[in-house]
Amino acid sequence: MNRLLKSREVLLALAILALLAVIATRFPAFIAPGNLTNVFNDTAPLIILALGQMIVILTKCIDLSVAATLALCGMVAAMLDGAGVPLALILPAALVLGAALGAVNGLLVWKVDIPPIVVTLGTMTIYRGIIFLISDGRWINAHQMTAGFKDLPRTEVLGLHVMSWIALAVIGGAYVLLNRTALGRSFFAVGGNPHAAVYTGIDVGRMQAVAFVLSGALAGLTGYLWVARYAVAYVDVAGGFELDVVAACVIGGVAIAGGAGSVAGAVLGALFLGVIKNALPVVGISPFWQLAISGSAIIIAVAFNARQGRARGRIILKSAEHRA
Amino acid sequence: MTAAPLPPQPVLRLSGISKSFPGVRALSDVQLDLYAGQVTALIGENGAGKSTIVKVLTGIYQPDAGRIEVDGAQVQFPTADAAARAGVTAIHQETVLFDELTVAENIFLGHAPRTRLGLIDWVAMEAQARALLDRIGADLDPRLTLRELGIASKHLVAIARALSIDARVVIMDEPTAALSHKEIHELYELVERLKAEGKAILFISHKFDEIFRIADRYTVFRDGAFIGAGAMADVTEGQLVQMMVGRSVDQIFPKRAHNIGAPVLTVAGYSHPTEFEDINFTLHRGEILGFYGLVGAGRSEVMQALFGITKPSKGACRIGDGVAVIRSTAEAIAQGIVYVPEDRGKQGAVKGLPIFQNVTLPSLSRTSRGGFLRMAEEFKLARDYTRRLDLRAASLDQDVGLLSGGNQQKVVIAKWLATKPRVIILDEPTKGIDIGSKAAVHDFMAELAAEGLAVIMVSSEIPEILGMSDRVIVMREGRIAAELTGSDMTPERLVRAAAGIAEAA
Repeated sequence: MNRLLKSREVLLALAILALLAVIATRFPAFIAPGNLTNVFNDTAPLIILALGQMIVILTKCIDLSVAATLALCGMVAAMLDGAGVPLALILPAALVLGAALGAVNGLLVWKVDIPPIVVTLGTMTIYRGIIFLISDGRWINAHQMTAGFKDLPRTEVLGLHVMSWIALAVIGGAYVLLNRTALGRSFFAVGGNPHAAVYTGIDVGRMQAVAFVLSGALAGLTGYLWVARYAVAYVDVAGGFELDVVAACVIGGVAIAGGAGSVAGAVLGALFLGVIKNALPVVGISPFWQLAISGSAIIIAVAFNARQGRARGRIILKSAEHRA
Repeated sequence: MTAAPLPPQPVLRLSGISKSFPGVRALSDVQLDLYAGQVTALIGENGAGKSTIVKVLTGIYQPDAGRIEVDGAQVQFPTADAAARAGVTAIHQETVLFDELTVAENIFLGHAPRTRLGLIDWVAMEAQARALLDRIGADLDPRLTLRELGIASKHLVAIARALSIDARVVIMDEPTAALSHKEIHELYELVERLKAEGKAILFISHKFDEIFRIADRYTVFRDGAFIGAGAMADVTEGQLVQMMVGRSVDQIFPKRAHNIGAPVLTVAGYSHPTEFEDINFTLHRGEILGFYGLVGAGRSEVMQALFGITKPSKGACRIGDGVAVIRSTAEAIAQGIVYVPEDRGKQGAVKGLPIFQNVTLPSLSRTSRGGFLRMAEEFKLARDYTRRLDLRAASLDQDVGLLSGGNQQKVVIAKWLATKPRVIILDEPTKGIDIGSKAAVHDFMAELAAEGLAVIMVSSEIPEILGMSDRVIVMREGRIAAELTGSDMTPERLVRAAAGIAEAA
């Protein structure tokens, strides 16, 4: 029991439940199953992106270009739709384009050895610039999109939107990848101790590049979902969303120094932000408070992680070694 | 070289200095005298206590016992600053200066000339820096940033800094290790100049030719104890080598049957543009091959090339039957070569991952199918090898970071053995561990060799090299200086080959 309480994921889940309980005391309707489903539907893009970001952060990198990748892929998807390309081709195209944009980040980090934060800061601006170039800065609005294109993310299957089902599939896929495959293990090794990883035959740069490709592919997929769901594509789609994505990871206990994190943590981190974002308007608090609250949550989460790391300390006593 | 007549009183005298660290007695009742206008060479093997005494002299370590006297008066150096104010300054192997600051700033950092307003007086500082650099015959622009200078010029800046704080004792810790021949010659001239200015110089070096070239006196340490001191004029190379390596206590090494089998690894003409050249050797089943040499002789670099971390520019190696080109670490592991690096903390265990995942990390191709891990296989592999090494841990699920150093090392060794290697390279396997654990590592190496593994042991400890190896390769300056077997494996021959001294006549 004690060990369970110490787990970051359990604490975060309890925090979310406590948050829901507090909201429910004043607005019982918020925790009605129908509304909670809506919250999940709304948080689905954040969950998908946070899982991609988490893999990148695990390898000691960061991907600031996720939101720009999302926006570019979304714009391309909308333009393909306008050109009459069937949806069955648009989806894989968005995924592949996202992966390619991620590969650009990955190759710059791996082969040119530029720090990830610099690379993705650069590509973030470049990708937004490309959207402007291909769209001439014009919006693609709902009436310019086909019904099939717009409807897919919102189609309800067994009470959940397709977008949410996709998020659940990504959660499952990420869990299997990180816990049950050699590739996933390598991500942890690269971030946990890059020197040791080299000596065990793992190519650190290549693993980082692979992480960027995965993050990019997920951003590409989300790009379509986002543009279709909100039925609009323009240069600033999801502007600043990369920070929410990183925040979800950090709140979920993904170590920014790499090598530590869990799928459950990243998902819960995203849900935490999702609940706050959806609850505040209901409770009647200004959306500006939302920023302050998620900011505080980040700092509390990091302080909590740092504290856990420190409390561990060195184990010198033989007796303590067995207890640990 | 004739020794100057001995001045009556040393500038700096250390006597009865002892210093212990947990589990290690680094210095035991040592003495050291430094005289004005003389160069004293401090001679000893790796681990003799040379660096420790330098740290005592510069106020970084506090001795447990003993006296430090300056001009006959007892002093204490509780901080590095106190030592500097007493006029003791050290110029290190890797000079400790600031790359982004200018030459003048580096010289005067902490004691820069000020204007009346208390601001730094740049004009005065540059002029004084130029004067100091002229004094040591260095043609350097004080306005250059240090990053633009080579290692030799950085030494000059460090020396100018020593002069700027009016140092009386200058410690040079292997100053020529990274210099070219021309630069070394210039350094010797500078040492002569400092001598002429009446500085007392402590010169630490492994190179006998330069010790005989510039030192007036010598002091020999061995295993943290004072062995002898005197004038260079009264001693021969042979006598110094004898003092350095003569052993009082013999360690016990496991008895081994020398069952040397077929060749496993043949290295032919391995060369690297900057690190090593023309490396040839053959390693056999059941053999322990020792690699000896001074720090920086290129031993680890050769091993890293064999392991695919760096690439040799020339040469080939034969593993078993086929000629192999090792292009990556993954290939080396696939060919059955593993390398247990020297810095196990940094390069060994992945903290944050549980024990079993650390053990299986290089063996994932065997414990997975189609990229998917099979947990049962992983646990089995980890259990087999950690049990064999007598690992003490609550469970294999435990984070490696929570284990003690010795147990972490067992995890790292288990990890490599689990790859079922044919060749295992151990780089300084017993560096920094206590006597008891050393014996365990030695027994274990003997066991591995008895099972038919081919072992390469890189070590700087002469007793270990001689006690464990069937054969020893001595490297010097990136080349193989000697290969010794049987009765040729003596401490004297090792040291002579490593230091580049001709065989005694």
